[in-house]
Amino acid sequence: MDLLGINPVLLIASLMVSATPILLAAIGETVVEKSGVLNLGVEGMMIVGAVVGFITAVNTASPVLGFITAAVAGALLSVIFATLVLYLKSNQVATGLGLTLVGLGISALLGKPYEGIKSPTLQSFEIPVLSDIPVIGPMLFSHDPMVYVSVIIVALVWYTLTHTRIGLILRAVGENHDAAHALGYKVLRIRFMAIMFGGACSGLGGAYISLARVPQWTEGMTAGAGWIALAIVVFSSWKPWRTLIGAYLFGGITVLQLNLQAAGVDIPVEYLSMSPFVITIVVLVIISAKGNHGAPASLGRLFHASN
Amino acid sequence: MIRFEKRLSPSRATTIITPIIAVILTMIAGGIMFALLGKPPLEAIRIIFWDPLFDPTFASYSRPQLLVKAGPLILIAIGLSIGFKAGIWNIGAEGQYIMGAIFGAAAALAFFPAESALIFPLMVISGALGGWLWAMIPAILRAKFKTNEILVSLMLVYVAESILASVAQGLLKNPDGYGFPGSRNLQQYPSAFNAEVIANSGMHWGVISAFMAVIFTYVMMTRHIRGFEVRLLGEAPKAAQFAGVSTTRLTIFCLGFSGALAGLAGMFEVSGPAGQITIDFNSGYGFTAIIVAFLGRLHPVGILMAGLLMALTYIGGELAQLMLGLPGASIQLFQGMLLLFLLATDVFTNYRIRIGVAH
Repeated sequence: MDLLGINPVLLIASLMVSATPILLAAIGETVVEKSGVLNLGVEGMMIVGAVVGFITAVNTASPVLGFITAAVAGALLSVIFATLVLYLKSNQVATGLGLTLVGLGISALLGKPYEGIKSPTLQSFEIPVLSDIPVIGPMLFSHDPMVYVSVIIVALVWYTLTHTRIGLILRAVGENHDAAHALGYKVLRIRFMAIMFGGACSGLGGAYISLARVPQWTEGMTAGAGWIALAIVVFSSWKPWRTLIGAYLFGGITVLQLNLQAAGVDIPVEYLSMSPFVITIVVLVIISAKGNHGAPASLGRLFHASN
Repeated sequence: MIRFEKRLSPSRATTIITPIIAVILTMIAGGIMFALLGKPPLEAIRIIFWDPLFDPTFASYSRPQLLVKAGPLILIAIGLSIGFKAGIWNIGAEGQYIMGAIFGAAAALAFFPAESALIFPLMVISGALGGWLWAMIPAILRAKFKTNEILVSLMLVYVAESILASVAQGLLKNPDGYGFPGSRNLQQYPSAFNAEVIANSGMHWGVISAFMAVIFTYVMMTRHIRGFEVRLLGEAPKAAQFAGVSTTRLTIFCLGFSGALAGLAGMFEVSGPAGQITIDFNSGYGFTAIIVAFLGRLHPVGILMAGLLMALTYIGGELAQLMLGLPGASIQLFQGMLLLFLLATDVFTNYRIRIGVAH
């Protein structure tokens, strides 16, 4: 056992990498849920983003194009969900689940010929000056650009939700869709856009797994990241900055358990690999035990404008 | 302009017709998918839906398989449907299925190699208990702390998979297995073997339990106060509250019931068709059963038929893999599409389509 071999600088640096896919998916889902819709298809949209991004990056040798197509693929998949839930009034839980099943199927089908190939990855981007700071530099400021993009998206979502008119309308729709409808806001159109944003973010998150974290494609490689993202939305009480905390905490647990496995700690591998899920459950319990914690009031409720 | 007008009560005719329309739409979309994959679409559909039952060369093997695959699907879906009706979402049946299998197999292996007629009943009880206990985690957390049961039950699937991997390589590993992971084969342990009740029919005790569960649930939902409470909680939670229905008790009942049935399904699978606990023992029945529950309109008889149909796609899918080289994932996609089409056509059950300007 070699616990001292775990380097704290590397640990934090890899924590950010392992948290980024979940952060991207969670911030997208935060917007969706803020608009009053629960999309349980995150896992499906992530894995489709992962496979589409991977295929594009391998064929064009451009990871940037990979991320763009992954976002488009995630958004397109979410259109299916949005149409069913908003216009055909289907049950949100069941539809989200169906989307995950379909996404897993599509990804396995598309990815088959690409198994065992390595993808081109993003160059790490050393932020000038900041990355030269000892310890903190390599820890925080020497990542690939997507790590920064994910933090910027969080900042933009926070700003939009709290400081702009469109954010206010979105929240109104999520809190009370009947009142928002009475005020003349297009409830369904706003939700549709929110769902597509969530889909695009999930797609990006998935692509980050297949293009940056692992750089290859294996079937079912998101391995529950989408569900963790959903849990983090609850953990963060639907507040954008807290998704950052949640995702990084979770990333920390994941990286730590991997490091413990590598260091040969005397705990069976299976128990270490289940620990992120167990800890997520414990955190969910703690959060929910505190009572009302800011879930949008119309979350998961069906909206039907009856003239 | 097209408008949806809410029906006062769901239309009975469309309740029956929409699943059929959804199946047809899935066949069309699936056919397009097969064509895109460069496979003959009509032939693929025929191989999936017709050949397992009627082809002279395959039918003798496939027909019994129909019951083998449908048994666990029906058993799990029946349990889930009760919760879904009440608005309690257990989507972690896969985990409860795994725990049922582990508990059931452990009960048998504890007595190996003793032979007794009591071992199998004990396994049945342990299997149900394993699934029930695993479902009690989200149930109690939901009842006590209002923790989201969807996320907890789902997360527990991953935990159960880790436990499965652990016991297959440790606790339940076959000591005479030359170091390979996996438990002893229960098919070679007469007291524990869940053999076919009628030879070559595929009818093992799990299938019989599934049929019993269908009848039991039908009676409960239509004749018993508990069934009434479940429907009341799902359709009018406020009214249920005023009528003194305890949400807590019902949550624990629904999750426990579905967990126990999923555990039973896992136990019958490990002691019969699968034979042993292996690292990848579970095959997604817990998730497919969700589709079965919806396809069967959360109605026991509907679920019985939906389970048989879904079993057919499994067997037909395997056949299509063999005959046409169709990728296995395309069947998974096919099943997922079925659920989405079903949910899409559902709108006609609850809404009337009106064309024209609102007045």
